[in-house]
Amino acid sequence: MFDEAWRKKVLEEAIAAIASAGTEHDLANVKAQYLGKEGRVTEGMKAMGKLAPEEKKAQGQMLNGLKVEIEQAIARRIESLKNAELESRLTAEAVDVTLPGRRQSIGGLHPIARAQEHVEALFASMGFSVADGPEIEDDELNFTALRMFPNHPSRSMQDTFYVEGSSRVLRTHTSPVQIRHMQSHKPPVRIICPGRVYRVDHDATHSPMFHQVEGLWVDEGISLADLKGTITQFCRAFFERDDIGVRFRPSYFPFVEPGVEIDMEWENKGGEIKYLEIAGAGVVHPDVLRNMGVDPEKYSGFAFGMGLDRLAMLKYGVNDLRLFFENDLKFLRQFR
Amino acid sequence: MKVSVNWLRELVDTKLGVDELARVLTMGGLEVEEITPVAAMFDRIVVAHVKSVAPHPNADKLRVTEVDAGTGSTLQIVCGAPNVAAGQRVPCALIGAKLPLEGGKVLEIKAAKLRGVDSNGMLCSARELGLSQDHAGLLVLPEDAPVGQDIRKYLDLDDTYLTLKLTPNRGDALSMLGIARDVAALTGSALRAPKADPVASTIGDARVVRITEGKACGAYSGRVIKGLDAQAATPGWMVRRLERAGLRSIRPLVDITNYVMLERGQPMHAFDDAKLKGAIGVRFMKAGERVKLLNDQDVEFRPKLLAITDESGPIALGGVMGGHATMVGDATTDVFFEAAFFDPEAVQGKAKELQLTSDAAYRYERGVDFAGARAALERATQLTLEICGGQAGPVTEALGTLPGRSAVRVRPDRVRTLLGYAVADDEIAAFLERLSCIVKREPGAFVVTPPTWRFDLAIEADFVEEVARVHGYDHVPSAPPRSSVPMLARHDGERDRFALRHAAAALGYQEVVNYSFVPEAWERDFAGNEKPVRLANPIASNMNVMRTSLVAGLVTTLVSNLNRGEDRARLFEIGRCFERDEASLAAQPERLAGLAFGLRDPEQWAEKSPRVDFFDAKGDLEALAGPLALSFEASTHPACHPGRCAAVKAAGKTIGFVGELHPRLQQAFELPYPPVVFEVLTAPLLAGAAPRFSGLSRMPAVRRDLAVTVPENLAVGAILGAVRGRLPPFVREVEVFDQYRGKGVEPGRKSLAFRILMQDTDRTLTDSEVEVVVASIRDQLVQQFQAQLRT
Repeated sequence: MFDEAWRKKVLEEAIAAIASAGTEHDLANVKAQYLGKEGRVTEGMKAMGKLAPEEKKAQGQMLNGLKVEIEQAIARRIESLKNAELESRLTAEAVDVTLPGRRQSIGGLHPIARAQEHVEALFASMGFSVADGPEIEDDELNFTALRMFPNHPSRSMQDTFYVEGSSRVLRTHTSPVQIRHMQSHKPPVRIICPGRVYRVDHDATHSPMFHQVEGLWVDEGISLADLKGTITQFCRAFFERDDIGVRFRPSYFPFVEPGVEIDMEWENKGGEIKYLEIAGAGVVHPDVLRNMGVDPEKYSGFAFGMGLDRLAMLKYGVNDLRLFFENDLKFLRQFR
Repeated sequence: MKVSVNWLRELVDTKLGVDELARVLTMGGLEVEEITPVAAMFDRIVVAHVKSVAPHPNADKLRVTEVDAGTGSTLQIVCGAPNVAAGQRVPCALIGAKLPLEGGKVLEIKAAKLRGVDSNGMLCSARELGLSQDHAGLLVLPEDAPVGQDIRKYLDLDDTYLTLKLTPNRGDALSMLGIARDVAALTGSALRAPKADPVASTIGDARVVRITEGKACGAYSGRVIKGLDAQAATPGWMVRRLERAGLRSIRPLVDITNYVMLERGQPMHAFDDAKLKGAIGVRFMKAGERVKLLNDQDVEFRPKLLAITDESGPIALGGVMGGHATMVGDATTDVFFEAAFFDPEAVQGKAKELQLTSDAAYRYERGVDFAGARAALERATQLTLEICGGQAGPVTEALGTLPGRSAVRVRPDRVRTLLGYAVADDEIAAFLERLSCIVKREPGAFVVTPPTWRFDLAIEADFVEEVARVHGYDHVPSAPPRSSVPMLARHDGERDRFALRHAAAALGYQEVVNYSFVPEAWERDFAGNEKPVRLANPIASNMNVMRTSLVAGLVTTLVSNLNRGEDRARLFEIGRCFERDEASLAAQPERLAGLAFGLRDPEQWAEKSPRVDFFDAKGDLEALAGPLALSFEASTHPACHPGRCAAVKAAGKTIGFVGELHPRLQQAFELPYPPVVFEVLTAPLLAGAAPRFSGLSRMPAVRRDLAVTVPENLAVGAILGAVRGRLPPFVREVEVFDQYRGKGVEPGRKSLAFRILMQDTDRTLTDSEVEVVVASIRDQLVQQFQAQLRT
C-alpha cells in the first residue's frame, strides 16, 4: 500500500499544498498534515512495524526520503514567503528621495571678509603676521609720525573725519598700526594690517568707510626689488593667474621714499591688457623708521597699502563698491 | 594740470608721439590721467568772410548768407545761428567736409536745399568743432583771420592736451617749463627753456619794496610799467594756451600774469600802480587790519597771515591772492608787477583756512623756484610791452632769507641696496646731473646739490628715487621673497576672527558690514548712550556719531531686507565699537553681534518650524563660544525686552548680552514680531588654551532623575549654580532636562526635572553614596528653593 505510487502521490500533493500555502501558519498546517502525529508520512512510519526486516529497511529509507523532501519544500517556501514579505515592506517604506533635505539655513562671510581671509592666508605663508590697532587714532600717529605734517598739501590727499572736541581722527589708512607695532617689536618684522579706514568721500567709487590691507617688511637690506617680488607673487596667488605682471611707477606718499604706485596687468572684457592701480607702496622713509625706533642705517623696509574692497571687486567681478555696504542678502548670498 | 602737447614740444625737443610722451610722463611719476584732442577730427573747414546776410524767404529762423571762403567764388550758405552778421570771419565747412558727431556718427557736408534755398556749406559754432559745449552761435574769429586758411592751422587745432595728476611733492612740475625739464631728463632730449631776457628800463619810475618777514618772503621783485593800454586784445595764441591749460582769458594784464605762471611756474600779480600809495611792504597782518580780496572776500586779521602792504595798509595776501582795491581794470594805465618767493610753510593751509582756491597758493604751498622771480618779471615785462605797450621802469628787488639748497651725500652702495639692483656709479651721477643736480665725487659717495626748483630732494633716499625715476622704475627686478623670520607663534586652540565667522556662518548667520558712524538716535535707543563720540565733519547729519553697539545696524539691515522681500534672516557683524574716553584710545573694543528673526528653520515640507526665540539665539551664542563656558543672568539692556534679556558672562566677567528686541524698538522699526539679538566681545571668544587630559573612567555611570516643582519666578540658572557648587567630584553633571507649567502643577509654580550623572574614575559607586548625593540635592532644593517633590 505504501508503495512507490503512494510516495509519488503524497509528494505531489504535499508540494501542491506547500505551494498554495500563503502564510507560515498555512505551512504549519501542511506540515502537520504530512509529518505530524496523524500525518500521512507518520502513518506510513507507524505501519512499518508489521513489515519484515528486509522490507522495513527499504520502506524506512523511502519514508525518510519523503519526509526530508517535504521538509525542504516547506523550508524553501518559508524563505520565499519571508523574502516576499520583506520585499513588500521595503516597497511600502520607500520615500521620495528628491524632496529637499531637512537642513538649517547656511550663512556666509561678507565678500570683503572672504577676500581678507585669502589675503591673510597668502601673506601668512610668506611669514607675515597680522597686526591690529584702533580706528579712532591720534592725529600724531595717523599723520605726523608718517610725515604728513599739519597744513602740508599731502594732508589734502586724504580727506579726514575729525572727532569733535579732540585732536583725534578716524584713521585714514591702516599705516598707524605699523608705527604702533614697530614701537613694541624689533626687526626683522613682517606684518600686514587689514582693517576699516575712513575718508570724507562718498560716490559710486568711494565709500566713507572702506577697507585696506597694508604690509610692512623691515629687515637688513630690504629693497624695492623685494617689494616687487612680494607683490607680484601675491597678485598671482590672489587672482589665481600665473601670468599677471606688475608695473612700478614713481609716486608720492610722505611716509615712503622712493615712493611707488603699483599697477597690475589686468585683462578687460575685450581681452585688452590694461594697467590697474593696485597699491601705493615704497621704501619706508628713514624718518618714519626712526619714529618706529628703528635705525635706518642698519635696516630698511618696504611698505604697501592696498584697497581690500577693490581687490574683492576685481576678484569677484563686483562692479559697484556701494553694494558691499548695502547688505542686501541677495547680494551677500552670492559669496557663500 | 592740463598740458598742451604743442606748447610742450616748443619747450623740449622730443620726437615722441603723444601716447609715448604720455607714457614717459606717467612712468616718470607725472601721471597722465587723460589724453584729449583739443578739437574734433574734422577736415575741410576754413576761415570765411561773411559778405552779406539776408532773411530766408521761407523760414523766420534761417538766414541766407553769402560768404567768401577763399575758394575763388562766393558761396551761398543758409545759416541758423542767431549771431551771424555781415563782415564776420567765421569757420566754414566746405562741401565734402566731414564733422564727427556725438555717438561716432559723421556729418558730411553736401550741397543741399534748405527750405527751398541752395546752401553750399555750413558755418560752424565752437561746439561743432568740438572746441567747447558752447552752442550759443557761430564761432566768431578775429577780423584779421586770413580768409581761406584751414581752421585747424589758424586755431592750432592739431594739438592734444594731457591731464596730469600731480603728487604734492612735485611743485616744480606745475608749469610747462617744469614738465619740459622732466621730459628732457627722462628722455635725454634737449630743453628749450623759454627766453626771459632782461628788458631795459626806459623810465625811472619804481617802488621801494621792504620785506619785514624775511623767512616768509625770501625775495620780492617788482616793476612799474606806465602808459599801457589795458584794453588791448590778448593775442589769440595766448588765449588758446590759457584755455588749453584750463584758464579763461580775462584781460591782457591778468592773462599775462597767468601765462607767465603757466609757462614758468612763477605766480605773479599785477597791481594798478595808480592805486598804490608809497612803498610796498611784506609783513604779517596786524590785529584790527582787514583786506578785501580779488574775489570780493573780506579777510580780517588772522595770525601769521602774510600781507602785502602799501602806506594805506594791507593791499593783498602774500602768496594767496591780490586785493580788490588795487586790482587792474580797463582804465588802468600804469601797472606794478609782483614776482616773489614766498616760503611754502608761510602759505601752507592759508587758502584752505580762508576757504578759497588760488593757483598762486597752490604753487607756493608746494614750492616755487626761489631763483625764478626775476626771470618771470622780465618775461612779463616783455609780453606787456608787446601786447599793451607802455614804458618799463627799473626792477626793484628786495631779499629776505632764501631757503638755499644743501648738498646731500648719496652713497652709490646705498642706492643699489635700496633699489635692489646694480646701477653703475657713473650712471647714478649722470641721472642726477640730467635733473640739473650738481654732483661732486667724494670717496664712497657723491655730494649732490639739487636745483632751486626742487623742494623734495633733501635726503639720500630722495635721490635714490630720482635715480630710479630717471633710469626707469621698470629696471627694478622682481626678487622672490626671502624667509628669515621666526615661526608665527600662536596658542593652542586660539581662534582667529575667520574661525569665528565660519562658526557663525555654519549656524546660519550671514555676515554684514555696516558703517561705524550712525545716527545719534540709534546710540540713545539701542545703547542708552547720551554722550557718544561725535564727528566734527560727518558725511551726513545722520551719520554723525560713532557706534558703541552693532545691534542697531543689524536691526536696520533686517528691516531693509524685509522690505526687499526676505522673511527670515540671521545676521552677524564683527566690528569695533567706540566708547567715549578722553584719556586713551583703548576704549574701542571689537564685538560680535548677531540677530535672528523669522522661522527657526527655513520653511520646508517636512514640518512646521516655530519662530526663533530667546533660546535659539542663546544656543547659537553658546555654540559660537566653543569651549568657552558662558553663564547667563537675568539682566536688562536698552535694546532688549526687560523680561527676556540676559547678561552673558565668561570667567565671571560680563562680556555682552542676549535678548529679544524691546517691543518699543520693534514697533519703531515696524517689525511684525521681535528679532532676538546678542552682542559679545570677541576677545574672550578668540582666546584658547591647551586642554588637559583628566583620565578616562571605565566604571559604570549612574543616572538619577529628580522632579520637583518650584516657584515660577525662580531662575534655573540660579538653582543650578547653587546646586553644582557643593557636590563631590564624582558628580559629573547636574542639568535640567525638562520644564513644565500647566495641568498637574499648581498655579504660580513650575515643574523642573533634573538629571544627575555620577561616575567615579576608579571605583564603582555604592548605592548609599548615590542616594546621599540625590538626597542632599533634594534637601537643598526643598530648603533653599521651596521645592516640592513630584512623584
